[in-house]
Amino acid sequence: MSGKTLYDKLWDSHLVQQRDDGSALIYIDLQLLHEVTSPQAFEGLRIAGRKPWRVSSSLATPDHNVPTTKKERISGVDGIEDPVSKIQVTTLDDNCNEFGITEFNMKDIRQGIVHVVGPEQGATLPGMTVVCGDSHTSTHGAFGALAHGIGTSEVEHVLATQCLVQKKSRNMLVRVDGELSPWVSAKDVVLAIIGAIGTAGGTGYAIEFGGTGIQSLSMEGRMTVCNMAIEAGARVGLIAVDDTTINYVEGRPYAPKGAHWDMAVEAWKELVSDQDAQFDEVVVLKSEDIKPQVTWGTSPEMVIAIDEAIPRSEDQTDPVKKEGYARAWKYMGLEGKTMLADITLDRVFIGSCTNSRIEDLRIAAQVVKGRKVASTLKQAIVVPGSGLVKAQAEKEGLDVIFEAAGLEWREPGCSMCLAMNADKLGNGEHCASTSNRNFEGRQGFGGRTHLVSPAMAAAAAIAGHFVDVNEFVKH
Amino acid sequence: MRPFTKHTGLAAPLDLANVDTDMIIPKQFLKSIKRTGFGKNLFDELRYEDEGQPDQECDGRPIREEFILNQPRYKGASVLLARQNFGCGSSREHAPWALDDYGFRSVIAPSFADIFYNNCFKNGLLPIVLQTEEVDQLFAEVALREGAEIIVDLENQTVTSPSGTQFEFMVDNFRKHCLLNGLDDIGLTLQQESSIRRYEEKRMNDAPWLFLSRGQ
Repeated sequence: MSGKTLYDKLWDSHLVQQRDDGSALIYIDLQLLHEVTSPQAFEGLRIAGRKPWRVSSSLATPDHNVPTTKKERISGVDGIEDPVSKIQVTTLDDNCNEFGITEFNMKDIRQGIVHVVGPEQGATLPGMTVVCGDSHTSTHGAFGALAHGIGTSEVEHVLATQCLVQKKSRNMLVRVDGELSPWVSAKDVVLAIIGAIGTAGGTGYAIEFGGTGIQSLSMEGRMTVCNMAIEAGARVGLIAVDDTTINYVEGRPYAPKGAHWDMAVEAWKELVSDQDAQFDEVVVLKSEDIKPQVTWGTSPEMVIAIDEAIPRSEDQTDPVKKEGYARAWKYMGLEGKTMLADITLDRVFIGSCTNSRIEDLRIAAQVVKGRKVASTLKQAIVVPGSGLVKAQAEKEGLDVIFEAAGLEWREPGCSMCLAMNADKLGNGEHCASTSNRNFEGRQGFGGRTHLVSPAMAAAAAIAGHFVDVNEFVKH
Repeated sequence: MRPFTKHTGLAAPLDLANVDTDMIIPKQFLKSIKRTGFGKNLFDELRYEDEGQPDQECDGRPIREEFILNQPRYKGASVLLARQNFGCGSSREHAPWALDDYGFRSVIAPSFADIFYNNCFKNGLLPIVLQTEEVDQLFAEVALREGAEIIVDLENQTVTSPSGTQFEFMVDNFRKHCLLNGLDDIGLTLQQESSIRRYEEKRMNDAPWLFLSRGQ
């Protein structure tokens, strides 16, 4: 019998009941909650007269539609100008109070994007099952945890039963071999992977990311990679536990302590795929082939390296791709443009659950330090992922560097990644964004998103158009 | 949940691959704390020329004439024909809520994104995967004749095209059972309470650090 993959191990250790048709009940260790996908779930509990199964397994924080300006944030939830957003955030506060769930509310320094907050607090631990009503829950797989994005009905189901009805996915290994080039980051790696396998390439799979190119990444980088597993169609992204993982977790507020810590570390060392484990699909990329990536279209798979020409619809043979490319070209206003550098940028956004951690901000600050944002740009904003990331960045003086360069330094939240708050693109505006989705209208009605790494976004902010950050920093 | 057994309905063809959940229901409408009322903003950016706002009346808004749901022949459609990777992107259940609220009972496509597919079953909306050629044939037949209807039979797991061709589809037994009977998932899982408790006891022994109560 062949060995088990990491995914197999996590699945087996959480299996409560296997059903004949392949579906199963799996036990959930941690549920993260935010204001957008939870109100209807709490309402469902109330209507049915149910209570949460185990309140200590839940952790909540508002993130999607909190404002990010100091002016609006100074008075907490009362300061939210949009009345509809205010109701949603207030509803989360009320629900957490009513059901006894720990919440980091808008006035708490620990508030932030759920996928930044969970790991930062040590609430996310290796070997756990983690769910959240948000597709980017795959982020937590960076810790060797089985993490799924779920819908609101499932949020309610997990609250009420501590279990999720799931069908086991197939196993895919994406291996990135070799050392990454300077200024090539986790974001470039994952965009290159999506470019290689497509946005549906991982559908039905749990993807484990491995190889030296992944192992050399920090936890922040690993979270960026797993975060975008869903953009390749996979609900689950995973990275094996190693010393980097354990060192990151140690000492965090919710991490186990003392004898529990020793016991946990012993158990976590098993959280790797066995040598003889069989994967249903294996994809291999070479690190040396990966250059800074930029998306040109309206799907994360429409991505190229900075020095490549923008692909044209007429060069495509697959009819579906041809049509998709033509539609994207029109939406993105690419007529008459051949290279990414030909696109004049209107805004730059550095933030989101993909790239708003301290490492991301340090790299962006390093690129803009002593330089000035291009005068052609309407706006460049930096939105830290949590109150604690913000505090750390300020301690290091990163806020001063950003502001001196002409970038706005904001309060934590999801912000322009999905434009549910006031931060959004205008019709037809191009944005270099460190977020995860470039869908039509994602960052604002008619907005044109280009996904990039923090370093590439920072360089673009200074140049006013896309440049290879590797060349840029030499001058 | 409303049961789904057999449904005969007018089919609307949405000839676009990789339709994402931002297209199905744009983010500004996610601020609602209700499960209903999303139908008028289904496919908002494809349907209307202006940017829609929550709580806005949609009757007077400028529409995109060419979009299928704005064409008189597809008024009242309840079966959506779609292309590959339908529902990709976010986990928002507002997407199936919007489709359901508009009046769709079933979506037929060559493939779906996982989370969307899963969310449909929780809301009495049946997502059906057919072979690409079969979907092609349905698109062709629906275009051919105004008022063309499709029959979706969950019990027998068949889709019948307007011309009478029958295609079979797969669905998990458990999901089928729940949908046919309109069963509440949570109630069913709670019947397994003793299994869940047994699992917890064992797990508490093996991994006690997972069960510590958190302070505020």
